[in-house]
Amino acid sequence: MDSLLNKSRPPVFCPGCGHDVVVRALDQAFRNLGLSGNDTCLVSDIGCSGLFDTFFNTHAFHGLHGRALTYATGIKLCRPELNVVVTMGDGGLGIGGAHLLAACRRNVNVTLLVLNNFNFGMTGGQCSATTPSEAEVASGFLNRLDKALDLHSVAVAAGASYMATVSGYQKGLDRAIEEAIRFDGFAIIDIHGICPGRYTRRNTLTPKAISQALEQKGHHNGPVEANARTEYGQAYRELAYRQDRAKPPKAIEAVFTAPEKGRHGIILLGSAGQRVITAGELLGLAGMSAGLQVTQKNDYDITVLRGPSIAEVILSPGEIDYPAIDRPSVILALAPEGVARRRALFERIDEKTLVIQASGVDIPDTKAEIRVVDFKGMGLKAQDWSLAALAVMAKMKRVLEPAMLDAALGHRFRGEALVGAKAVVSTVMAPGA
Amino acid sequence: MGLTLMEGNEVVAWAAYEAGCRFFAGYPITPATTIFNTMLRLLPPAGGIVLQGEDEIASMGYCLGASMAGWKAMTATSGPGISLYSEHVSFAIGSEIPLVIVDVQRLGPSTGSATRGADGDIQFMRWGNSGGLPVIVLAPEDIADCFPITMHAFNLAEQYRCPVFIASNKEIGLTGESVDFDALERVPIVNRLGSPDREPFVPFRTAPGSDVPYFLPIGDQTLVRQTSSTHGENGYITTDPAAIRAANERLERKLTANIDSFSYYHEERVANAKTLVVTYGVTARAARLACRQLNDRGRGVNLLVLKTLWPVPELVIRLAAGNVKRVLVAEMNQGQYALEVDRVLKHHQVEFTGGMDGRLISPSQIVEAISG
Repeated sequence: MDSLLNKSRPPVFCPGCGHDVVVRALDQAFRNLGLSGNDTCLVSDIGCSGLFDTFFNTHAFHGLHGRALTYATGIKLCRPELNVVVTMGDGGLGIGGAHLLAACRRNVNVTLLVLNNFNFGMTGGQCSATTPSEAEVASGFLNRLDKALDLHSVAVAAGASYMATVSGYQKGLDRAIEEAIRFDGFAIIDIHGICPGRYTRRNTLTPKAISQALEQKGHHNGPVEANARTEYGQAYRELAYRQDRAKPPKAIEAVFTAPEKGRHGIILLGSAGQRVITAGELLGLAGMSAGLQVTQKNDYDITVLRGPSIAEVILSPGEIDYPAIDRPSVILALAPEGVARRRALFERIDEKTLVIQASGVDIPDTKAEIRVVDFKGMGLKAQDWSLAALAVMAKMKRVLEPAMLDAALGHRFRGEALVGAKAVVSTVMAPGA
Repeated sequence: MGLTLMEGNEVVAWAAYEAGCRFFAGYPITPATTIFNTMLRLLPPAGGIVLQGEDEIASMGYCLGASMAGWKAMTATSGPGISLYSEHVSFAIGSEIPLVIVDVQRLGPSTGSATRGADGDIQFMRWGNSGGLPVIVLAPEDIADCFPITMHAFNLAEQYRCPVFIASNKEIGLTGESVDFDALERVPIVNRLGSPDREPFVPFRTAPGSDVPYFLPIGDQTLVRQTSSTHGENGYITTDPAAIRAANERLERKLTANIDSFSYYHEERVANAKTLVVTYGVTARAARLACRQLNDRGRGVNLLVLKTLWPVPELVIRLAAGNVKRVLVAEMNQGQYALEVDRVLKHHQVEFTGGMDGRLISPSQIVEAISG
């Protein structure tokens, strides 16, 4: 197989740069694998390792510092047949730490070559995540305070299914790269090398010292048995095809006539767990079953299981312009939390507003018409009070009527949920309730 | 016909799907998360891909890779996420990568209020990139409007090879509204223009008579180069000032010279108007009611609802202002787009009403601003 090196753009690294040998080994690995340029995409980011894509006649994607794994993931998932190889320095490794961990956990079939020369070459030899504490670098004393990152251990702990730490100067580097590319999953090769332009001006590092240090660490190179699993893209496609196709939203037929004319605003004041938002939705569906236009806005704290839960629903025979309620037709006062959040509301309403007040829930003084309902006395749990309050409205023929609420329940619920909801409504509708 | 209750975020997702979007990546954030939720229901069973990024930077990176692989991609977030999108927005602009970005704006500054609305990112979307080159920003005014606006966003991203923002708002994204789903406005789909010449492909050479380069995807037969570095037509780094200047001027021109062909807006005019209200987004609903109330009293108020915000549709604004004396800009921030309107209308008195307190601008606030 021919070399994929770009003859018109030969490598331009500093004399003696460790990256140079990796360029040749990578080309040899491509040849060993019999890859053509259009079978392969090189993805790189910032730093000297970011020059790699220009030296090869392959597809190429060069982006921002530390983000190469994100582009590679997008490309590989959309083009599963493509061999995607990422080159990244120890700088990109540090700034893209979250992406490295995510890639290890995810296991997309991408090969990552870390061109690890223990410092930031391009910007003048500052310390990186892999700089030894004892090294002399352009970051003054700062690297003495940090512990160097052990990529091999971190990657394995994060779920990498293939991890190798090698010397850029070892025999058979091309075979090591070839094996990583062949591996069906996320494969990392951490390639230790020398940066003569910056690092070895102030520090002693030789190919021999690199090999000795690696021997001392004694990392296991190759597939990580404990992390072996199906490649992400393949697993994704298998699970995805088993999902049901989403159906377009189901329309509700307009068959009823609302008992009251005009536009109505209804405000549900409850607390988390009272199914206020669902009740708001049911009210909207009930309105639509009478051909009304609807808007629904919800207000709740981002804590999920406590605090106020409020729904504001507008029903209107015509287009709803401003989707906020100045003078509500009905307020459902279902919990102290919701009432407290909207206390000011009670000052501005008059006898035209109906307040359905759950017994035990205090409300501020108001001129509104008040209907106190003892939901607890009816044997209803607090989670059903919102729906029960809608049933009270329907029973009073205020804004909606029973057939509209029934249509909403039939549209929204199935099976046991429908039976349960209908039972709540029946309890309220019972004569004398 | 029948009605269905949908949130703005759901409508955006359905429109994206119908526009041909098959790749979505995002990081959970209120009030944008329901776009992610809906895309997750829509795309995987249809052969598409949805990823939950480890952060917002990654979500954008996944989309950029997917888009260059030839797929239509979208991401969605809110202000805190747009902050993290910045480096990749710059990349998508400079390297001409089609992408739709939904900003369901929430009350800022910073993490602000997750469940309160605002239009506080209107200048941020335009200028939150290194280099300051233009982007397209479209703003839906209500839930049904999210459908055509999203389809336009995809079409423009494809046609001009650029990032397109959808400037939504919590008050649209999370508001449920009755819509006739089948009757939502669908617009014809536009796809990026493939190169007629396969070998050799010059990735940033423009089509004749156009300022937009042909597109070929990474991964096909023909080799494609993409780079965030300052590049020549061939996609390799260049230091030639003439080539760099020409490319940067082209990136600006390809959008600004064509703004009249994608200036989406809505106008309501009365005879002998003295005042023009300019607005966008959810505030259009209050402004429409305010104008109607004022016109019932014979106040002569015209309304201009802009749906293309960036590049600024200057011609539309000038024509709408015509002979009116006063122009009032109503927006849910402290006067961001009013700066643009003021810049365009040099001979008009441009006033502003708005504010950021988590509440909608009310019709009465607009009425008072005009009557007062």
